Amino acid sequence: MDSTVTTTEGNVWGGGNRPLGASYGKLMMWFFLVSDALTFSGFLAAYGFSRFKFIETWPIADEVFTHVPFFHGTYPMIYVAFMTFILIMSSVTMVLAVDAGHKMKKNAVVWYMFATIIGGAIFVGSQAWEWATFIKGDFGAIETKGGRILQFVKADSGERAALADFAVTIPDERVEHEKRNGVWYYEEKALPTYSLNEVIAGFKANPNIVVRTEVINEAGEKTVLSREESLRKLQKDAVQVVEGANLIQNEYGSRLFADFFFFITGFHGFHVFSGVVINIIIFFNVVLGTYERRGHYEMVEKVGLYWHFVDLVWVFVFTFFYLV
Amino acid sequence: MAHEHKLEIFRGLLKFKSNTQKIWGVLAFLTLVTAVEVVLGIIKPESLTDNYFLGMKLLNWIFIILTLVKAYYIAWDFMHLRDEKNALRRAIVWTPIFLVIYLVFILLVEADYIYNIYKDGFVTWNF
Repeated sequence: MDSTVTTTEGNVWGGGNRPLGASYGKLMMWFFLVSDALTFSGFLAAYGFSRFKFIETWPIADEVFTHVPFFHGTYPMIYVAFMTFILIMSSVTMVLAVDAGHKMKKNAVVWYMFATIIGGAIFVGSQAWEWATFIKGDFGAIETKGGRILQFVKADSGERAALADFAVTIPDERVEHEKRNGVWYYEEKALPTYSLNEVIAGFKANPNIVVRTEVINEAGEKTVLSREESLRKLQKDAVQVVEGANLIQNEYGSRLFADFFFFITGFHGFHVFSGVVINIIIFFNVVLGTYERRGHYEMVEKVGLYWHFVDLVWVFVFTFFYLV
Repeated sequence: MAHEHKLEIFRGLLKFKSNTQKIWGVLAFLTLVTAVEVVLGIIKPESLTDNYFLGMKLLNWIFIILTLVKAYYIAWDFMHLRDEKNALRRAIVWTPIFLVIYLVFILLVEADYIYNIYKDGFVTWNF
């Protein structure tokens, strides 16, 4: 119980005592990190709330995040696991920089900080690529009156079918309204590649296509409807074609999934970005010898705490968004 | 406590010679845990997905426990909590844990209630 021992040295009321044995700056960093941890917990708990609310229809992350840059085909989880590894690795170089700082090895600190910054940049870049892929979309889907999503699969193989695989082209006069035509302040968002009629006509013409609903069955897979049910559902409920995801529509399933994806990974990505910026500032301070003159590298340790925290948050985001 | 490092992990089972070695050891362990998570996530063994504990699949419990294990080693060894005084460590760790358990309990119970309302009540939403 070394923390409760009273000392006669120093004046307690003057702040002479240091019961926690940590400097002011480090304690303040911990204050910030604890409050930030609670913010992220709030987001993840809200995610859990929405997910439990729609537990039977929530998108399956394995089927959403399946792409790896420069490779075709589906590799669920691989890229996110790679990103996790990059972030943990940059945490390691950071802690090595702190360790080198304690030993006053300036050059080692410089190189470890540099490696940390590179790792952070790779992570932010990967995150941007994940977003772009998610926003662009994969197969396309149909949205129903109730805002639910109908996807398409091939009846024989069970593979997902993209709209482009079966939709027909019907000559149509419907064009996207742009500002320059007609009322100048009024424009609409980009029209999807295929209209609803084209998708339904293509569905009728192609007997191998069936509808997959959001509902998860007992085997933990999305329910696939029969051909008749699919057609009935399309004709009765379908209202529009959805390609990709944004804050309003989401071809992968529940809209809330996309909202939380943008919000949580966006907030985390913003933390990584700020971390990289702060790391760059500290990196130049180290290069210029600021901490060498100051006599200690505690600033590197404080920034390191923030950087590890970003890694820590990602470990939880990875689990709750991608794995569970 | 900046210059003294406790060099044991796994409750003293593994003792490293230097702080640098300990860092690499922890990295190896964290990488192993992540690899196990990803492999389990891809294979999804039926024995783990078909059995439930407290309404959640065993597989998901394993993921959550492994995450907490990773969080522990990141906080203890990378953020040097192992070398801090007990009072500081407890203040940092137990405050969020207490609040998060409280929040998660309330929100998940409430969400489950709403799920049942949607399912059994007179509300049509999946149309």
